[in-house]
Amino acid sequence: MEFGLSEDQQTLKKSAREFLEGEAGIALARRMLEHESGFEPSLWTHMAELGWMGIAIPESEGGLGLGMLELSLLLEEMGRVALPSPYFSTVALAVPVVASLADAATRSEVLGAVAAGERKLTLAYAEASGAFDPAAIEAAAQGSGDLWTVTGTKMFVPDAHLADQIVVLARTGVGVGAFLVQAADCEISQNESLDRTRRLGTVTLGGVAARPLGGEDAWAEIERALDRAAVGLAAEATGVADAVMSMSVAYAKERQQFGRAIGSFQAVSHTCADMLVAAESARSTTYYAAWAIDEGAPDAPRAAATAKAAATTGAMRVCEDGIQVHGGIGFTWEHDMHLWYRRAKLCELLLGPATVWRERIASLL
Amino acid sequence: MDFRDTPEEASFRKEVRAWFQANLPEGWGSTSLYMESPDKRIEFLRDFQRKLYEGGWAGLSWPKEYGGRGATLIEQVIFSQEAARAKAPQPLGVIGLGMAGPTIIAHGTDEQKRRYLAKILSGEEIWCQGFSEPGSGSDLASLKATAVLDGDAYVVNGQKVWTSYAHIADWCILLARTDNTGPKHSGITYFLMDMHAPGVEVRPLRQITGDAQFNELFLTDVRIPKENILGEINDGWRIAMTTLLHERGTLGFALAVAGGVALDELVAFAKTAPRAGGGVAYDDPVVRQRIAKLHEEVQANLLNNYRALATMMKTGIPGPEGSLSKLMFSETNQELGKLAVEIAGGYGLLEAGERPDVARWQYAHLRARGNSIEAGTSEILRNIIAERVLGLPKHK
Repeated sequence: MEFGLSEDQQTLKKSAREFLEGEAGIALARRMLEHESGFEPSLWTHMAELGWMGIAIPESEGGLGLGMLELSLLLEEMGRVALPSPYFSTVALAVPVVASLADAATRSEVLGAVAAGERKLTLAYAEASGAFDPAAIEAAAQGSGDLWTVTGTKMFVPDAHLADQIVVLARTGVGVGAFLVQAADCEISQNESLDRTRRLGTVTLGGVAARPLGGEDAWAEIERALDRAAVGLAAEATGVADAVMSMSVAYAKERQQFGRAIGSFQAVSHTCADMLVAAESARSTTYYAAWAIDEGAPDAPRAAATAKAAATTGAMRVCEDGIQVHGGIGFTWEHDMHLWYRRAKLCELLLGPATVWRERIASLL
Repeated sequence: MDFRDTPEEASFRKEVRAWFQANLPEGWGSTSLYMESPDKRIEFLRDFQRKLYEGGWAGLSWPKEYGGRGATLIEQVIFSQEAARAKAPQPLGVIGLGMAGPTIIAHGTDEQKRRYLAKILSGEEIWCQGFSEPGSGSDLASLKATAVLDGDAYVVNGQKVWTSYAHIADWCILLARTDNTGPKHSGITYFLMDMHAPGVEVRPLRQITGDAQFNELFLTDVRIPKENILGEINDGWRIAMTTLLHERGTLGFALAVAGGVALDELVAFAKTAPRAGGGVAYDDPVVRQRIAKLHEEVQANLLNNYRALATMMKTGIPGPEGSLSKLMFSETNQELGKLAVEIAGGYGLLEAGERPDVARWQYAHLRARGNSIEAGTSEILRNIIAERVLGLPKHK
């Protein structure tokens, strides 16, 4: 047994932090708030050059052939700077569905293009009901063989306006399947998103041509692929929690009131101690879930649900407490606290809030 | 990162598992952990420690030169996991094995090591811990028990409290004040006190559960020979920190594992206890949410401990994650007990009765109130995390 990260994994994490602090920092998230698309092409190119697009894509398809754990380390570092990038949507959300469902030819073509940094993807799941729930999917797929069309309206689709292709979850005659469509064939509008550094969109599909990924009743496989996306959100939330905790602790050491640092008041220092509990618990549950997925451990689905619920609610708590520790300044638009708060909220609610994932845990206990 | 056993680890695990199977009574763990009377329980636990000793498992982490097993950290992890799986009880000499022994190994003279260590391992001598006083709980360094030199012995007077095992102990690791003139931390001396010495009076202290697991200790002109000082005179505070480090260190991982076992039992209970309106408690979505949240906490605590161990294996110093363990366990275990008693329905209003499987939860529920107080209150633990891990300024 070995409970820590390997040398290679530590190196990857460290170099990712240096790269992201140098190229982006939290400053990029702030710059992108009012930006038209919220996309920085040069950053995307640099990340692709580092091999990050294909980190969990097999070497035979042009990737680095690493796993969910390495991807989680990158996402954690991205969470630390609330990175505005369609990286999560492409690599953590859509790629797992393509990788686990598509036939060899489609896999090779799509994953190869992603690994080369030449294609951005996303996944369209929820609809007007607002629920991330297969039972609430009404978008309809019709066809046979390779000739399918999808009709419907998908909402809350991350980075839809940036995607080249969209994986759409749609109802067939027998169940829920996943279909790949060209973004250009769809009508896409940006939502006014809570997290403006990862904008959501509404995607309207009027009988657009769709390539089926996997069978007509593929929910069981889709659900396993979404476990990976859930761990991805947990990983980002871990980074958010770590950044906000560190910043709040630093502030508590420096901010003086009543002639002393506010961190010397136990009401504040005990809050900081609880932030550490939440941040470390987020990290531990995330790493374990990523490892369990990579190893195909029998408890991987439960571990993924545990990480999603624990890490994202933990990060929210850290952000709530972080604003409190900062006092009035933490509540202002000028302060960066709300950038992390919004990203944590996205991690918490995308793919369903903790109640949904806790029900999954309970069903697996 | 790899949570699977290597072949060597798997074979060690097999050996440990087989040992527990062979040395715990038939059917152990499937029903109740309770013996008929406190005396019988003590007899059983004493016997269990003897078996551990004879099997070579007592003092698992102690160096071989002192009769321990010198087990690696991974072996200690595997042993803890298997002990939890077998629902093995703590050996009777847990204070000696986990606190007094390691402190004597770190600070004792050769003569002290020869005199005490072997009998701690065998369970022949049971130890208790005389640290807390009625006026000195979290503020331990304010302790008032005095030790005054008189010829070749120190004469001790004072009162200690919350002293687990004192009613059956042969020896006590005792803190007493030998100097009143300087700062409070610097006038304390660490003694090894014979519990059978004249002037030692033990009164059982009944706790919220109705049990008397711990005691008050009244010390009146107790003579402790000079050679029973551990370390130097007036250096007791520093030595006591070794003891507390071991208390929290060894405790943390075992508690995290125990939390998982308790949650498994709660799930099994919720799957059989009836729910108002039909079905079982586990059908209730609110119960399911609360249990899932407990699962997150139990897993997080366990995995935090693993990560702390990983750091310790590399650097020799445990990672900061470990200092969170007891704090997290206390809160989880209290919620667990509360939920169990709610699930029990009317039986949650009884302390005992015809359903020992339910009464076991009432006991756990009441006992859990002590978790956030014993071995460092949650407030003290948060101070430690804030000041020593996060580097926040000392509170005033």
